[in-house]
Amino acid sequence: MLRLEKRPQPSRLWTYLTPVLAVVLTMLCGGLLFSFLGKDPVLAIRTIFWEPLFSEFAFYYRPQLLVKGAPLVLIAIGLSLGFKAGIWNIGAEGQYIIGALCGAGVALAFYPMEAAFIFPLMVLAGGLGGWAWAMIPAFLKVRFGTNEILVSLMLVYVAEQLLASMSLGLLKNPQGFGFPGSRNLQQYPSAHNAELIAGTGMHWGVVAALIAVIFAYVLLNRHMQGFYIRLTGDAPRAARFAGVSPTRLVLFCLGVSGALAGLAGLFEVAGPSGVVSIDFNAGYGFTAIIVAFLGRLHPVGILMAGGLMALTYVGGDIAQSKLGLPKAAIQLFQGMLLFFLLAVDLTTNYRIRLRRKEAS
Amino acid sequence: MSEILLQIEGLTKAYPGVVANADVSLTIRKGEVHALLGENGAGKSTLVKMIYGLVKPDSGQMVLRGAPYAPAQPRAARAAGVAMVFQHFSLFDALDVAENIALGMETPPPMRSLAQQIRQVSETYGLPLDPYRTVGELSAGERQRVEIIRCLLQSPQLLIMDEPTSVLTPQEVEILFETLRKLTAEGVAILYISHKLEEIRALCDAATILRQGRNVGTCVPAQTQARDMAEMMVGSTLHTPARSPRTMGDVLLALNNLSRPSASAFGTALKNITLSVQAGEVLGIGGVAGNGQDELLAVLSGELLTPADAVQFMGQPIGQATPQARRRLGLLCAPEERLGHAAAPDMSLVENALLTGVQRKGLASRGFLKWGAARRFAEDIIARFDVRTPGPDVAARALSGGNLQKFVIGREVMQAPKVLVVNQPTWGVDAAAAAAIRQALLDLAAGGAAVLVISQDLDELMEISDRFAALNEGRLSPAKPTTGLSVDEIGLMMGGAHGMEVAHV
Amino acid sequence: MDLSAINPTLLLASLMVAATPLLLAAIGELVVERAGVLNLGVEGMMITGAICGFAIAVNTGSPILGLVAAALGGAVLSLLFAALTQYALANQVASGLALTLFGLGLSALIGQGYQGIKPPSFPKADIPLLSDIPFLGGVLFRNDFVVYLAIALTAVVWWVLKYSRIGLVLRAVGENHDAAHALGYKVVRIRVAAICFGGACAGLGGAYISLIRVPQWTEGMTAGIGWIALALVVFASWKPWRAMLGAYLFGGITVLQLNLQAAGVAIPVEYLAMSPYLITIIVLVIMSADKSRAPAALGRSFHASQ
Repeated sequence: MLRLEKRPQPSRLWTYLTPVLAVVLTMLCGGLLFSFLGKDPVLAIRTIFWEPLFSEFAFYYRPQLLVKGAPLVLIAIGLSLGFKAGIWNIGAEGQYIIGALCGAGVALAFYPMEAAFIFPLMVLAGGLGGWAWAMIPAFLKVRFGTNEILVSLMLVYVAEQLLASMSLGLLKNPQGFGFPGSRNLQQYPSAHNAELIAGTGMHWGVVAALIAVIFAYVLLNRHMQGFYIRLTGDAPRAARFAGVSPTRLVLFCLGVSGALAGLAGLFEVAGPSGVVSIDFNAGYGFTAIIVAFLGRLHPVGILMAGGLMALTYVGGDIAQSKLGLPKAAIQLFQGMLLFFLLAVDLTTNYRIRLRRKEAS
Repeated sequence: MSEILLQIEGLTKAYPGVVANADVSLTIRKGEVHALLGENGAGKSTLVKMIYGLVKPDSGQMVLRGAPYAPAQPRAARAAGVAMVFQHFSLFDALDVAENIALGMETPPPMRSLAQQIRQVSETYGLPLDPYRTVGELSAGERQRVEIIRCLLQSPQLLIMDEPTSVLTPQEVEILFETLRKLTAEGVAILYISHKLEEIRALCDAATILRQGRNVGTCVPAQTQARDMAEMMVGSTLHTPARSPRTMGDVLLALNNLSRPSASAFGTALKNITLSVQAGEVLGIGGVAGNGQDELLAVLSGELLTPADAVQFMGQPIGQATPQARRRLGLLCAPEERLGHAAAPDMSLVENALLTGVQRKGLASRGFLKWGAARRFAEDIIARFDVRTPGPDVAARALSGGNLQKFVIGREVMQAPKVLVVNQPTWGVDAAAAAAIRQALLDLAAGGAAVLVISQDLDELMEISDRFAALNEGRLSPAKPTTGLSVDEIGLMMGGAHGMEVAHV
Repeated sequence: MDLSAINPTLLLASLMVAATPLLLAAIGELVVERAGVLNLGVEGMMITGAICGFAIAVNTGSPILGLVAAALGGAVLSLLFAALTQYALANQVASGLALTLFGLGLSALIGQGYQGIKPPSFPKADIPLLSDIPFLGGVLFRNDFVVYLAIALTAVVWWVLKYSRIGLVLRAVGENHDAAHALGYKVVRIRVAAICFGGACAGLGGAYISLIRVPQWTEGMTAGIGWIALALVVFASWKPWRAMLGAYLFGGITVLQLNLQAAGVAIPVEYLAMSPYLITIIVLVIMSADKSRAPAALGRSFHASQ
């Protein structure tokens, strides 16, 4: 009989080992899945994980890693602050959309004026838009005690409808020959979130993601507010004893994660995507949840997890075109990763023991 | 003398590091109310768990109605006619009385006939209970009735009760006693664990006293003085210390007629609490757990807010002040629950030092934490209070109870508070650590601080307090000087009679 | 705008059809939450059920087999959640989300190649005599049998929870798992059983959408209905009949806004489409004042510490 025995102290070793173990297990299971689909498992895994980094076309793929990874990391950092304190923002996807809409809206309002202040204003609008959208569940939670999971989630669907409405209506390109979607912001220099260094895929979103990682690291390890966040997650009663205000914490965590998600949306719509269209959102808000957990809610961990997730996206695309591996398989793969991580996580706090039947 | 129901011979039970019961023998007769007396850690719960089948004795034997009795589990004990009412109830608040009782039975009858039986039994024994009332709405005394009725429906011959009156008002105590007398008249024996000496004298026919796992004597309570029983429990002559009067300074902490409903559904509301503590004084507040101690601490620490002038610190109204503000002023608290409340279990001692020390020890500047200073503070606490730990980076939950308690108290003491409030400072702590903690509290008072000690341990309170008050059901008795305070008076204060006599049978 | 184009009989009938998947999923989750477990993976289980049911129905030609397969699929998927939360003691919120993401991916994968296919049609139960009652007859008695199954299920769940021993024990586990354990009840076993039941119901609800209501398969076709089911459980204060009322109300809103869209009402389509979600939020806010009715142990991990 297996028995779980609580460790006296969370195991340092296993804290680092669990993500690695989860990845290995996912690769094994994923390989099984791929062979089930009639693909060579080793080749598939290689295509997904090795090719984007080291193959002869890697110079093309590597920038894609930054492009895909930046929004994931940016959103996940914001989410991790809340998750650490037990505040569950599941609606990052919606905040992402609203941020993009606000930012693009600002840009299109100024079109065709060229000025240096337009882009910074867009950034501000994107962040504020995401922040405001996240304030709805925050306010409802603080004032009425409403569950933030369901409210933030419902707002995702509302945001998607808003997106559709905007791309067909207010933000529609008047010179677009009647096709839905806004003007392409990549062709509007003042609004374009261009690559900072050509060919690397590094745009302002990437920079923002890196800044966010540093900011979160400093906050969690060096600042009182970060300490309070960690304390609330570990021992809510001790947090109240220390004097943490639950209201302020909810507003802070949801606000920051909303703002960061909104920024990610803005950088995406002004850069790699370029257009406000009905299918603009790619599910980053949800994948970021996986990234946050995979990174064990730690800023540096999230950076690495974001890179790994981006790898699965880019590698998955390659596998789709080269091996005919369906895109859904990658989605499943990502879901499996989260599953395995959650399952393996228990070793951090519990030791597995064989229970000898007690002579009674 | 009636015939013997349960005979216990030489029962022994040891756990790693401690002998809970050593060669305990006792006799319970039919129709007898037999008290089991002893301090915390004397071995009462272990003994009773063995009788009820929760724990298996290492050696010794039990004979029930002349036949060998060794229950492997509570089910077997119940089948043999032994029932137990625990101190902490296993009840489901959202369900009604009948459903709760049904859950505690092996094969409950259909709801309607069960409800009938409940009504009948409850009326017969003077504990009226409506089977369809929701348990969550019942008072503590009524909830106990549910537990008792659950036992009575199985027609026990021996009923074990663990600290039954700790949650009862004086009126409810009388009602319970009537019920117990009725039961004994029918031949049911009752094993009554308590440390309320006056009650035992009023109710019980015989008493067995345990100390450090041993049976140190039996007596007939009605013929013994409370003081003598207390001395047998403690093992020495209880001396109220002749204290050299310290010079008392100004009143540093005052509560003025404070009333506050509890924050949780099962807490105790505070009612008209008035107290004051002077600089250099130790005020002891006694009372069995569950009478408002947590709420009192929360009101002082700032976790529960009150009208501003209900709590006064050096004359200033602070009822609305946050915990951080109170710490800055010099009012520090140490709650009862070590892990989860006073300290975060998975965080290191350094981080836990930061938890309350940040304001007074200057461990942060403009929000940014000074880890070096926090570490030094933690190391100071560990050194000064002899906290046994491999180092300050160890998680709080890895420490033993005694060591963690030393750390928690030490953390507050070393912040040089003007007022320190502690709740159960030496609960579950070994004797050496307990002595060290008490000495630290006395030294703090000698240095001019005002100290408020809330504790269940009367000994401790008599040893270190200058004045003593008792908390009962959210009400505080007036404080009296400890010199010259007799055990009788203390018992009365804790019985909630507030000077009124407990009814003598 | 032509409101007269909206036929009230058809409206009511389609209301029942729209409400049924919601009701099935909500009843399942209600039982799970009464046992003290918060399973946010309803969306994932529903969509898995949708594709399982669709695939089996198309391959075997029997829609009934499809429904059975859907329930099984949902239950098996929920076992993953049960393993994570009851044995590996993982956080329930994260595990539920993982289940949803996994389910969405799994269903998309299995669903490859099933797009655009028409499933075998489902017979409508035409209850003789009763269905001839003017107006009401057409609405109430000419639906497929799953609609009636959902209502029957609600009644059964209500009766079991209120009057049976197993229902009592389940409620006890959800209120105070420590006390239930102290009284000797197998908390983990009961919760796993409840989770499986919830999974089966959600799977069935999902298959209803893909086999009967739409009927076809598209990726992500549940479009958040699983989340609305979760909100419904809160709205219902964990009471089965209130869940039915909520499901029918929501079904009504969904169907109404579709009809308004079709009738050419002057409100843009997207805003009408938003309405169910916005109304869910409003309902949640109103109900949060009543938090005291939630099973007390909801969401907390149980670890028997001996």
